[in-house]
Amino acid sequence: MSDMKALAQLMKELEDQLVVCMRCGMCQSVCPLYDQTGRESDVARGKLALLDGLMHEMFRDPEGVYERLNKCLLCGSCAANCPSGVSVLEIFMKARAILTGYMDLPPAKKLVLRGMLAHPELFDRMAEWGARFQKIFTRPVNAVVGTSCARVISPLLGRRHFKNLAETPFHKMVPALKTRPGKSGVRAAFYVGCLIDKIFPHIAQAVIDVLTHHEVGIVLPENQACCGIPAVSSGDMKTFRSLLEHNLNRFNPGEFDYLVTACATCTSTIKEVWPVMTEAAGNGDKGLLQRVEKFAEKTMDINAFMVNIIGLASPTPGIGDNTKNPPEVITYHDPCHLKKALGISVEPRTMIKANPNYRLKEMTSSDWCCGMGGSFNLQYYGISSTIGRQKRDNIVATGCSSVATGCPACMLQIADALSRAGDHVAVRHPVEIYAEQLKRT
Amino acid sequence: MLDPALIKEFKNIVGAENVFTDDADLLTYSYDAAVVKPVVPALVIRPKTSEALGRSVKVCGENGLPLTVRGAGTNLSGGTVPTAREGVVILTNGLKRILEINEADMYAVVQPGVVTAQFAAAAQAKGLFYPPDPGSQAVSTLGGNVAENAGGLRGLKYGVTSDYVMGLKFFDTNGEIVKTGAKTVKCATGYNLTGLLVGSEGTLGVFDEITLKLIPLPAHRKAMVAVFNQIIKASEAVAAIIAARIIPCTLEFMDNFTIRAVESYSRVGLPTDASALLLIEVDGHPAMVEEDAIKVEEICRQQGATDIRVAKDDAERDKVWTARRSALSALAKLKPTLVLEDATVPRSRIPEMVQAMQDIAAKYRLEIGTFGHAGDGNLHPTILTDKRNTEEWERVEAAIAAIFDEALAMGGTLSGEHGTGIAKSCFLEKETSPATILYSRAVKAALDPRNILNPGKIIGG
Repeated sequence: MSDMKALAQLMKELEDQLVVCMRCGMCQSVCPLYDQTGRESDVARGKLALLDGLMHEMFRDPEGVYERLNKCLLCGSCAANCPSGVSVLEIFMKARAILTGYMDLPPAKKLVLRGMLAHPELFDRMAEWGARFQKIFTRPVNAVVGTSCARVISPLLGRRHFKNLAETPFHKMVPALKTRPGKSGVRAAFYVGCLIDKIFPHIAQAVIDVLTHHEVGIVLPENQACCGIPAVSSGDMKTFRSLLEHNLNRFNPGEFDYLVTACATCTSTIKEVWPVMTEAAGNGDKGLLQRVEKFAEKTMDINAFMVNIIGLASPTPGIGDNTKNPPEVITYHDPCHLKKALGISVEPRTMIKANPNYRLKEMTSSDWCCGMGGSFNLQYYGISSTIGRQKRDNIVATGCSSVATGCPACMLQIADALSRAGDHVAVRHPVEIYAEQLKRT
Repeated sequence: MLDPALIKEFKNIVGAENVFTDDADLLTYSYDAAVVKPVVPALVIRPKTSEALGRSVKVCGENGLPLTVRGAGTNLSGGTVPTAREGVVILTNGLKRILEINEADMYAVVQPGVVTAQFAAAAQAKGLFYPPDPGSQAVSTLGGNVAENAGGLRGLKYGVTSDYVMGLKFFDTNGEIVKTGAKTVKCATGYNLTGLLVGSEGTLGVFDEITLKLIPLPAHRKAMVAVFNQIIKASEAVAAIIAARIIPCTLEFMDNFTIRAVESYSRVGLPTDASALLLIEVDGHPAMVEEDAIKVEEICRQQGATDIRVAKDDAERDKVWTARRSALSALAKLKPTLVLEDATVPRSRIPEMVQAMQDIAAKYRLEIGTFGHAGDGNLHPTILTDKRNTEEWERVEAAIAAIFDEALAMGGTLSGEHGTGIAKSCFLEKETSPATILYSRAVKAALDPRNILNPGKIIGG
């Protein structure tokens, strides 16, 4: 391990961003983690103070800082509510990269990120094997939510209720696609994302159905890789850069006007994280940064694309007929990566309301984080599931029979919380809700 | 490093998971929202019961460990920055139960860690009103509000935290329980220790339970914005409204610098060419509200307001207060360091004070945005700077001293609502007298002979 001075020097890169925090403490009111623990090192102000402390060599405990920095949902609630406009997530991601470079990745993360995620074809094959063998180890527990749990006590799965890997991932159902635009005149590339590909392929199918119905030309390149957020949040710039270049090479920017995804996390990663982290990972490669920025600019959440580009409104005249009377009550959870990162909250609701068979009933605190936070859920399952339980309580209080959300990661977390409580509430994506009626007409 | 036997004792009292000893945890309790030097404590504990809180104070007392009580750590005068030698920080955010809201007798009993806005909402759900609304109310704790005697936007009509504290239970320096005040409207027994403890910044005792007065919710309210093309006219309008014996619940001032910052930040439609704005709200019985609103409008016009916009509905009213509440955020985005002062003058002197701020900004070549509670004489001159620029920082310190001098010369005070803490303790003698400091120190020495209760705050030492 190199000396603290060298680390302090690296941290100086963040100085201009760190000084913006005036320690007002307003982040305490919105941090889902602090809400549970009441510990200052869990909230943004505390973490920023720790980074500041390392930079000023106020103490010598980079491991302690690394551990606390990683104990974060990266939900961005603090940044969205920050009076001074501190770029909290950008600072945290860059700091994770610096500290990971300084201390090296833990072996388990290295294996997952560099051994598997960085190699998309291998990752796909392993997931296929997993799908074949999972029934041996797991059993279904809740038919409405569609979850399973471990058959035997497993340290990896714990008490989780999870969605199984799909028997056929989306890339096997539809490996590639290229269609010409109809009267919409718009060409959209479709970035699927790992969770949708491997766990929720029917959401990807719904995206294809909706785009086709509205006569949008579709470009679906084969062999897409992970967006890289697991690597970025682990500070693994090497894996991130390799995934970034792999994905850029899959998509030919001349072939599409917009790039859509149905995953809130993928959308915010491509739009927000790619440009800032390319600077950190790209070693001054200006050409790469320009490509990334163009790509990011074209990227849109599917709901926002349908409403703002295609002009979908609710109710949509002539689409769908009311076959359920009374309509089914549905509620909507705002993924942090849609609302707080990208300001998208109206559009998914418009998509849901466009199906007359559903009545949208808002839950309390619909934009309070569900507690998933990607690898946070693996490392801190206890806190994560307590936060998930709050979300479940708010969902169930609406008396709904379905909950929709625009992020497959939130869907996993919410499914776990509902299933463990024994609730019969289906977890859906707004694009599925909208697509449902297209099949009927 | 504290004696391991003591750490073990604290672990027995509050549970091992509520005792923080790692360097990385300790560092996160070395600061608050004031621009003062951070000090890392030796230990942080988080009691979750009243009993654990009392026993923790007792252990500190027996061992002469200086203790600093911390709620949300949002105070602006350094009151929650711990002490250098073996300082123990006691967190109150594990003590956050509202013990009682009594509708019949209109009072509430709370633990010190209850968050201000959550308490106000709980009272409102029962048709009752807890008026003090400091800027940090979304996170600040009631214990901290009482310790700092926090104010807010409604001070002019409804007063500040001290006007709502009916009684206290607190631990003295030995961890013994002291009771003062009552749940009755009147109480004439014993010394008024409540009065002594409110605003004492943790130097005289550790709050265990707080009894707070609640009042009926006002039935009606009306908000308006008055636009002025001369700053002096706006401040004269404030004095004229008070002179006409109208007490709005809120009467806020914003200078042009602040108006432009707010508008570019939140786009609420403020006139960026205005020299100053007054944001006014009257509340109470509907007939009286209508009458007062008309009078306020007339006065503003007489004083030269070029435009008056009355909020037609709740949505427009919310817009007015969103604009006001975003003032600090908007200014904070302009420069890395923000020094928020709260020197306060008798309200009739507001025109002179506003002028003095302009002169000081020019003299020290600093960017100062002035906004705040003009109706109660409590302006917030906000200096924008970068503390890394040492040459400018010296001018900032000189400007702060000049602001204090101006306020005191007008018969005002160093702090309307932020407290003395560390940041203003060296200026206290200017406002009072040497004998006042000695008297205060004698009180402190008598009640806390080992000087363990938040030492160094208010009276130095």
